[in-house]
Amino acid sequence: MIAELGLLALWLAAGLSGFQLFAAILAGRGAAVLGEAIRPVAVMQGLLAAFAFAMLVWLFARTDLSVALVAQHSHSAKPFVYKLSGAWANHEGSMLLWVMVMAFSGALVALFERRLSVATMRATLGAQAIVTLGFYAFLLISSNPFERLATPAVEGNGLNPLLQDPGLAFHPPTLYFGYVGLSVAFSFAVGALVTGEVGRDFARTMRSWVLAAWVFLTLGIAAGSWWAYYELGWGGWWFWDPVENASLMPWLAATALFHSTSVLASRDALRVWTVMLAVVAFSMAMVGTFLVRSGVLTSVHAFAVDPERGTFILVLLGIFIGGALALFALRAGKIAEGSRFSWKSREASLVVNNVLLTALLGIVLLGTLYPLLTESMGTRVSVGPPYFNPVGAIFFFPLVLAMMVGPLLRWRDTKWTPVVQRLAPAFAAMAFVALLVVIDGRAGLLSGTGLVLAAGLALASLLPLARRKPWRAPLTLWGMVVAHFGLAVTLAGASAESAFIEERLVSLTPGESTRISGWDVTLRGTIPVAGPNWTAIEGELAVSRDGAIATILSPQRRSFWSPPQTTTEAALWTRWNGQLYAVLGEPAESGKRKVRLWWKPFVTLIWYGALLVALGGLLALSGRARSALRRSIAVGRATQRREVA
Amino acid sequence: MSWKPKHQRMALLGVALVALVGAVLLAMWGLRSQASYFYVPAQVESDPPAVGQNIRLGGMVLEGSLGQADDGVSILFTVHDGEAQVPVRYRGILPDLFVEGSGVVAEGRFTPEGTFVADTLLAKHDENYVPRELEEMTAAQAKAAVAETTK
Repeated sequence: MIAELGLLALWLAAGLSGFQLFAAILAGRGAAVLGEAIRPVAVMQGLLAAFAFAMLVWLFARTDLSVALVAQHSHSAKPFVYKLSGAWANHEGSMLLWVMVMAFSGALVALFERRLSVATMRATLGAQAIVTLGFYAFLLISSNPFERLATPAVEGNGLNPLLQDPGLAFHPPTLYFGYVGLSVAFSFAVGALVTGEVGRDFARTMRSWVLAAWVFLTLGIAAGSWWAYYELGWGGWWFWDPVENASLMPWLAATALFHSTSVLASRDALRVWTVMLAVVAFSMAMVGTFLVRSGVLTSVHAFAVDPERGTFILVLLGIFIGGALALFALRAGKIAEGSRFSWKSREASLVVNNVLLTALLGIVLLGTLYPLLTESMGTRVSVGPPYFNPVGAIFFFPLVLAMMVGPLLRWRDTKWTPVVQRLAPAFAAMAFVALLVVIDGRAGLLSGTGLVLAAGLALASLLPLARRKPWRAPLTLWGMVVAHFGLAVTLAGASAESAFIEERLVSLTPGESTRISGWDVTLRGTIPVAGPNWTAIEGELAVSRDGAIATILSPQRRSFWSPPQTTTEAALWTRWNGQLYAVLGEPAESGKRKVRLWWKPFVTLIWYGALLVALGGLLALSGRARSALRRSIAVGRATQRREVA
Repeated sequence: MSWKPKHQRMALLGVALVALVGAVLLAMWGLRSQASYFYVPAQVESDPPAVGQNIRLGGMVLEGSLGQADDGVSILFTVHDGEAQVPVRYRGILPDLFVEGSGVVAEGRFTPEGTFVADTLLAKHDENYVPRELEEMTAAQAKAAVAETTK
């Protein structure tokens, strides 16, 4: 019954979404009655989609093995949390999650957005209906999550053990929230293109959605990178893998987009460009979904891939993006010219930011798709860090410099001299770090430059707060400062890790030890251990300095039985200045055991920085929300006063 | 400095175009020099890659070829595709599902002596997953590979 209810809700939601689209089109042609219906329909559709998703989660919670999806991906002996996360850790479920969030955001837009004109709002909700309709069709035609088995399965297949992990239970939903936020921005852009009302209200309305999407993307990318770091046991935190790039590209586009919306909101410039970026950002989210779901590229993260479904997503991508670009070509000329600006201004620095971010996006996109291109010509290649690191750095390093300067410039016009004076401490810090790096001599060109720039940016990002009382500074300013500082922290962590990393690969007999970064690591032995749905060989590594034991590391090689698979569980020991990372290897000759150790200086800064970046976005978002609330209260009071008078 | 709106728009467009074209040119240059090409042992034999060039080598792990190097930590094995064989040396922890007779993709480069030194091994990563490069090969060449190893 539950599955049928869920399916029914899904069909109803799809029907309403179709109705929403036609109502929007007809209302645009003068059918005012239908126009009135659009908002309630959008809300209803969101509720139905949420209901359908709740039904799927319920099915997974009960492990209803008569449902094909549950039988394929769940198991009665699985921990309860992973039973729940199993609902979206597969293709069908994750697509349902996607469409649910999308419909729900549509409902939120319909309920709360009051800044746009009636016509633009209608067109926006119409565009949102087209996008959701595409995904409903995808779900109902090619990936029905509620399909029943003719005869219920006796036991489920289980969930890939690599995915049975707290980090990964929440990583895909977080990314999806980000992707969906960009779809809302896309709808706003299409709506504004239809009516030609691309102005400050458009920017202000869209900005919150882009910022929210960006916060989710930041958290999602950080979580995915952390998962790859400790779960794969390879010791790396970013592999330039297609699936990682698939999440990075929308992030780059979203970063460019909310910076350009702030120019549009404050100075009414960059109109056409902002609309274009909104289209690009959503395209990147779709390209990302396509790359992840279709499995056209070899990836360490590729789960639940299916080329056929990839084609469906590609068709959707073509329709949405092709349609939007065609509309753009038709209407962009009719968007009134925005304001001009001086080259020495905040807005000019944001143009630099946008150009560099777009160039970075292009480089990542080309590198990611290049293997597909050459494959169609019969050559198989893979593109990895030797391409992405240096080529990306050529654009990323100037971007960091722009980040140091930009926030100190004023809107409209600035004099250079005071800005340079204010930046003096940052320049001094850079020179000092550069000197240290050269004397130390271990850092390479990229990691050395990274350290220098991180020091400069860390100081420069705080300067906007320096000449005012920090507690009186607006939340949005705090948001920018925290986010920019967070990026400096991440850059420092990444550069330090790659510059000063130490590695040992040894075969040890029990009792034997090795030395890494001043720590003596002794293999005491290996023991068998068992968990709820796995057994493992666990190594016992005693870490000591000068004979005093500091900690015991217990890396494992785990064997799961449903589905049968082995995984490497790295053991991590976090110190203030880095992490010791231990992996237990296979048995070597004559009773020895292979052990791989890394000392990773300041590696945790990478994720702490990312959290700061996300926090910055959150602060900016709450700052915007607060001022919007104040404004609406003020407007309310004004109308009251008028009525009284 | 005051610009006419039209001129500013053109200048902006120009700057953006130059940056983007620059990015694309840089990317193409980087891709040409840094992309690593995929080889199977038969190709290595007929058209050997340059020594030291980053490549990916794909094939089946020859039964009975897995051994340990003198340093106690490196692994030696042979990758074959039914037509040719390549000796591989890998320094690291073996992937969880690395077994003789199954497919593997090794990333690394050739030494002047003709040994392939691998930094990374991509093996199957669950029981359903096959590295994409091996999909076609497992269809056509794995049969031959199996036939050869079992005869």
